[in-house]
Amino acid sequence: MSAIHCHQLCKTFRQGDEIITGLDHVDISIEEGEFVCLSGPSGSGKTTLLNAIGGLDTPDSGEIRMGDIRIDQLERGPLADMRLHHIGFVFQAYNLIPVLTAQENVEFVMQVQGIPAAERSRKARDILREVGLEGMEDRRPAQLSGGQQQRVAVARAIVSHPDLVLADEPTANLDSVASTHLMGLFSELNENHKITFVIATHDKRVMSYARRLIKMQDGKIISDEAQ
Amino acid sequence: MADVSLVLAWRNLWRHGRRTWLTIGAMIFSNTLLVFSISLQFGSYDMMIDNTLQAYSGHIQLQHARYLDEPKMRYALPDIDASAQTLRKELGLSSISARAVGFALASSHERSYGLQILGVDAEHEPLVSTLPGLVKQGRYLDPAAVEEIVIGSVLARNLKVGPGDELTFLGSGFDDSFAAGVVTVVGVFESGVADLDRSMAQVNLGYFQEIFAMQGHGHSIVIRAAHIDDVDQLMADISTLKPASDKLAIRHWDELQPGLRQAIQADMTSAWFMYLVLIVLVAFSVLNTQLMSVLERTREFGTMMALGLQPSRLARLVMLETALMTSVGLALGITLGCLITWYLSHVGFSYPGMEEMAVKFNLPDRMYPAISPVSLTLGPGIVAIGSLLASIYPATRLYLLLPIEAMRAA
Repeated sequence: MSAIHCHQLCKTFRQGDEIITGLDHVDISIEEGEFVCLSGPSGSGKTTLLNAIGGLDTPDSGEIRMGDIRIDQLERGPLADMRLHHIGFVFQAYNLIPVLTAQENVEFVMQVQGIPAAERSRKARDILREVGLEGMEDRRPAQLSGGQQQRVAVARAIVSHPDLVLADEPTANLDSVASTHLMGLFSELNENHKITFVIATHDKRVMSYARRLIKMQDGKIISDEAQ
Repeated sequence: MADVSLVLAWRNLWRHGRRTWLTIGAMIFSNTLLVFSISLQFGSYDMMIDNTLQAYSGHIQLQHARYLDEPKMRYALPDIDASAQTLRKELGLSSISARAVGFALASSHERSYGLQILGVDAEHEPLVSTLPGLVKQGRYLDPAAVEEIVIGSVLARNLKVGPGDELTFLGSGFDDSFAAGVVTVVGVFESGVADLDRSMAQVNLGYFQEIFAMQGHGHSIVIRAAHIDDVDQLMADISTLKPASDKLAIRHWDELQPGLRQAIQADMTSAWFMYLVLIVLVAFSVLNTQLMSVLERTREFGTMMALGLQPSRLARLVMLETALMTSVGLALGITLGCLITWYLSHVGFSYPGMEEMAVKFNLPDRMYPAISPVSLTLGPGIVAIGSLLASIYPATRLYLLLPIEAMRAA
């Protein structure tokens, strides 16, 4: 199901009287297990494309397929189910739930997925150990560094083995050491779990981890190269 | 680990502890007040019913089946004194007394007034009615004496008589004969009920039956139960002993004093209007708290939706938070209300002037709230329902959120 095909995607935004082009007839195919970076300056359309693929935003025209499913035509409920079971998100600002501990943040999505309590507890501990947060399970986000919070967010995104992880500027708030750790973790998860990663970034260090680099500008893909 | 949604809901409440405590405080206050007020209301209704019924009508009366609608001399029960005696024995209850009722013109040396004259069993009448205890001048009837009368204070004033004075009365007897007698006023009662004080007089039943040619008949057997709650059982027991017929009716106090139930219902209606104002205020407090809470967490809700949570699940989370907050307010409010009410139900309480009123009208000098499962749960239950209803609006706002826009919220 993980192969993603976008065909002639267009998206515009209105900002006051001005019409801004977010996506301009974008065609892209991402195969299962790929590690893709979307790069480009601010306003180039990276995040818009990521949001469209993740079903968070609907394109004005064009189509998005994930396997056989037309994401752009799904109703709100099935779209939420699709995100819940098949897509993991990592946000620039971590977006953890502040009143839950690291363990609870990871477990929360699994509870919504209907995974039994004992199993989700075990899985949460395992994934937190895997992302290097053993012993920090009971800490709340405010008690963790930025890098540690992003690891919790990654753990939350991948704990249920989604087909696809979409990460929007995941290292923007991290120092270089934490960024290196995080990207190492992404590479490892991509190789070990065959999870497809699509990362929007303008950080050159992040791009160096990608095996495919797509450059965007003004809502268009200007280059698409394997590395 | 506990259910994550439950943990999340509970901790969300305490993000703004002061605000949550203010809302819970409003719930505690209203629940405590409602438990106490409703218990006091029920207690005062019991007292009101008891006092009203003790004054004259009793809890139950045996009458001729047509007497209630047409209180005529001829609708009487035979051998009334013996029947009352039999009932006392078979029910094992002494507070049963026979009465006969007639109307007469009473004359003193100076004036004449119409009055309702009651023939009463002076030995048992004090057990069914508080009237004998309200004699303010002279004394009550001597069961062994004849040609004695006690009259209401207003009537005494109108006739210008007092203890020791003579009254002549003229009326119509059971057999339509002429009934006349000369009696000595031995006591003047003051019930506080204008109708009774203005127009009622009592003589011994035997004397009444003789003067009014009753041939052993009387108009009612008045029964006072040990407690208002015993009335229905007592009615059933009496029905077994003396089945109702076209000649005999067993009347519940509801039939004897229909205005009493209506007065209680009117009082309840006005009280519940005030309670509803209180409940609406609490509901608005909950609405404000939950609306603020939802608006503050728009970004967080956006993230949850991005992760795959549907708005219905988020709405349930908001409702769960309200339910938890309400539960705390409910538990603490009921506990506090119960403790205060329980204490006052034992020691009672009075307000300024109540003791003087009590002495004057032979009433209890303190009020006692009546705790019951209904008084403990009715008000707080409605507060809880109102609070949950109030959180529907903040919860439904989540259906309007779009994840991408919500995550951009400040």
